[in-house]
Amino acid sequence: MRVRIVGAGPAGLYLAVLLKKADPSHDVEVVERNLPDATFGWGVVFSEGTLGELRDADPETHVEITDTFARWPTVDIRYRGRLLRSRGHAFSAIGRRRLLQIMQRRALGLGVGLRFETEVSDVNGLAAEADLLVGADGVNSLVRRTYAAEFGEQVAPQGCKYVWFGTDLVLDAFTFIFKRTDAGIVQVHAYPFDERTSTWIVECPETTWRGLGFDAMNEGESLAACEALFADELRGHHLLSNRSLWTSFPLVRNDTWHRPGIVLLGDAAHTAHFSIGSGTKLAMEDAIALSQALVRHPRDIERALLDYELERQPVIERFQQAAGESAAYFTRVERYAHMDPMPFAFNLLTRSGRVTHANLAQRDPQFVRVLDAWFPGGGLLEPGAVAPPPLFAPWKAGAVELRNRVVRASAEPDRLPALARSGAGLVVAGPVAVTLDARISPDTPTLDDDASAAAWAALVDDVHAARAAAAVSLTHAGRRGSTRPPTHGADVPLRDGGWPLVAPSPIAYAPRMPVPRAMDAGDMARVGQAFAAAARRAAGAGFDMLEVDMGHGYLLASFLSPASNRREDEYGGELVGRLRFPLEVLDAVRQGWPEDRPLAVRLNVMDGTRRGLQLGEGIAIAGDLAEHGCGLIHVVAGQTVPEAAQADYRRGFLTPLADRVRAEARVPTLVGGYITTPDEANTLLGAGRADLCLLDVPDTDLERELVAAAGEEVAAAMAVA
Amino acid sequence: MRVGIGLPNTIPGVDGPVLVDWARRADAGPFSTLAVLDRLAYDSIEPFAALAAAAGVTKRAGLATMIAIGPLRNTALLVKQAVSVDALSGRRLTLGLAVGARLDDYETAGVEHRGRGARLSEQLATLRDGDDLGVRPNLRLLVGGMTGPAFARMARYADGYAHNGGPPRAFARAADSARAAWSDLGRPGRPVLWGQGYFALGDEEAGATYLRDYYAFTGPFAEKIAAGNLTSARAIRDFVRGYAEAGCDELILFPTVADLEQLDRLAEVVS
Repeated sequence: MRVRIVGAGPAGLYLAVLLKKADPSHDVEVVERNLPDATFGWGVVFSEGTLGELRDADPETHVEITDTFARWPTVDIRYRGRLLRSRGHAFSAIGRRRLLQIMQRRALGLGVGLRFETEVSDVNGLAAEADLLVGADGVNSLVRRTYAAEFGEQVAPQGCKYVWFGTDLVLDAFTFIFKRTDAGIVQVHAYPFDERTSTWIVECPETTWRGLGFDAMNEGESLAACEALFADELRGHHLLSNRSLWTSFPLVRNDTWHRPGIVLLGDAAHTAHFSIGSGTKLAMEDAIALSQALVRHPRDIERALLDYELERQPVIERFQQAAGESAAYFTRVERYAHMDPMPFAFNLLTRSGRVTHANLAQRDPQFVRVLDAWFPGGGLLEPGAVAPPPLFAPWKAGAVELRNRVVRASAEPDRLPALARSGAGLVVAGPVAVTLDARISPDTPTLDDDASAAAWAALVDDVHAARAAAAVSLTHAGRRGSTRPPTHGADVPLRDGGWPLVAPSPIAYAPRMPVPRAMDAGDMARVGQAFAAAARRAAGAGFDMLEVDMGHGYLLASFLSPASNRREDEYGGELVGRLRFPLEVLDAVRQGWPEDRPLAVRLNVMDGTRRGLQLGEGIAIAGDLAEHGCGLIHVVAGQTVPEAAQADYRRGFLTPLADRVRAEARVPTLVGGYITTPDEANTLLGAGRADLCLLDVPDTDLERELVAAAGEEVAAAMAVA
Repeated sequence: MRVGIGLPNTIPGVDGPVLVDWARRADAGPFSTLAVLDRLAYDSIEPFAALAAAAGVTKRAGLATMIAIGPLRNTALLVKQAVSVDALSGRRLTLGLAVGARLDDYETAGVEHRGRGARLSEQLATLRDGDDLGVRPNLRLLVGGMTGPAFARMARYADGYAHNGGPPRAFARAADSARAAWSDLGRPGRPVLWGQGYFALGDEEAGATYLRDYYAFTGPFAEKIAAGNLTSARAIRDFVRGYAEAGCDELILFPTVADLEQLDRLAEVVS
């Protein structure tokens, strides 16, 4: 087989080595436009998982690579003058130049042709003279660009502005530095890669970058400026430039990585943001997968290329997802700058979704112990203290203390005591309608008279007997009312026995749903009074917390959204108008609800449609609600209109929204969004993305999972207490 | 998890007798359901017609569209077709609906491609609200699709989700989204989850050729679908196990070669 590889980076050289090793009769040549020792950048990082694969694929290069590796188990986080260390990790790194030398020597020894300083101008011509042409020519791949349409190429900038320096300061840990400047936070990702040198990447959002004048500096000036900025951390050492220029990271994706006789490898096919340090790892794994596929299908190159792509694409998608989360985290670090060092560091470590509370506890039990001990007290660290994980830390608001952060909700009142007995700290009854004509369906429970209040009081007693707190979520269905029970569907109108609907504007919610009547002043006054009356009855029934429903397109949410509120009076128009009635209701509820019991709002922070409420407005609303006495935002999104184009039902889909509300409006948050495991909950709570977590697990599994997650001591303590 | 089999209604050249024999023999076999695919601008037998024929020669197995492209059809006629197959089969129909993936089906039907999602929602609302149209209230509805609005539509109107195929991990991810949407819409319990895969036991190349042709409109993706064709007993067993572990309730295996021997071989593997 005649193979021509464009690009003598790690991917191209490694593929050449593996192919030639598998069959010395292959004619393999690598074409590179630069000199053998020319390379951008400094050191590259590997994880232990990759090393095993390298050993299996080619023991010779594996030995040489690992002999020169810098290895370390520690992540250092420098933030607000504090140094936090997390141990138990397994990083290793090597100078990029050194890695290439090893590969080049091995390739030459096996009889691979290496042509340096050779510019490829005619990709088609090169392809025509080979059985297989490999585009291993990096992020700006000529091979990819030549067939951009066929590959379905997509390239877009991702994350912050960054510049890749070296330094003669030899670090002993993967080091993150967060440096406050007048223009915002600038961060460093640094790690050692040989006995003399470390990689030192500086990055910041574009606004900060401009604010610090980096946009107007040349290479030397920006090096000097970064050296001055990090003078303390560099401890007298210098930054080193290797054509180190500020740039944006290009996210490369392709619909497919091969066409007849041509295949893309490594960065040419896909990139993953440098902040998860996986680019070289992925490129070399690509080379292994492709060489193995070609061995499996010696006479069918097309089948081999397809196999390679089928094997690698799901892996790459996972890394690109994680890398995207990581890149996005670094663009918004500024918003977390108010956080205490422990949750700040845990938020950093868990940013990409690959590290969780449970797996960090395996790697670095000490770090997690400190986090857990810090968590409930917010800074009180007693030496040797052992605390349960965040999900089992108590939560206090006013006179109410929850024994843990587990929240469970049910629309069926009879299920509440069982949920409380299953170990939840808070059970939420809801939605509960404030009047009969505020119901969603005939099944919706109400809290509209003394008889219903008495029934609720009995249920609350049962919940309290199981040592859980009880909340009620008060709703008015608005234009989503008068539907059949949820067993039959949602928003399917009642045929018989329905009731008239009201809404801010006369627009039907969904197909076949009736057109609601636009509310007048009298309607608004009645609804406000109904909420206030229900709040008084809820207090009397002994509920510990009250939630006002401004979510999912029900009445109050439909006032907030421009997609459903087209009023031209003072209750519509700009946000201040759309917020007016929901705020009046909240104020009325506040009057009827005891001062010392927490008042929450279930708030749609975005609608997920272009003409609806946007997240920025949602965060602003959360701030306004807090000023009116709301102490907890239960973050929800969507359903304002039934066909919301941006709906995205990934696992934990509401967590990023809760995180933004909590960080920017500085209001405690309750989050659900299909969180099914205690580990997910511990991770998001420990990282400060929310304060309480609505778990979505089948009832039968809950108790078992909670007990397993809390650890036996905690379970025993819970049973005794 | 239950395992059903597809009727070969979208394999070019399949005639009535083959389809009817296939249905009869499948009903006598270990399969829970007989399911059909839907394509307008392709050599195929219309799904409701195929199920009607199957209804006449079967007694036991469920009948399902997996899926039918709702928006191609006038809503009243769609409801009438579904209700009729349900009646002919003695209430054995599970109706799976989605928007489909091919523009040319819409062009052939003379139906706007834009707005297809909202039109499907109207059809689903009609089916759910359709006692006056003769739809029995417990007619099982499934909805397919991979977008957020599709999952929301499923959770709003349907009883479960119809996945469009792929390896078990792809199904598992979609199943998570289906459960998340279900919970978000306030539906009690969990959605029913249906999966599907393709098989060819013995005539691998013919199966791959059919899949490449059937999915030619997806460009390079067609090769990947063809490569996913299950061509050995072991591949099928692994696939069945993977889907069961991912929480699938009913898995439909669609033939890619319309030879009755295929059905017998599959029956051996899954029984």
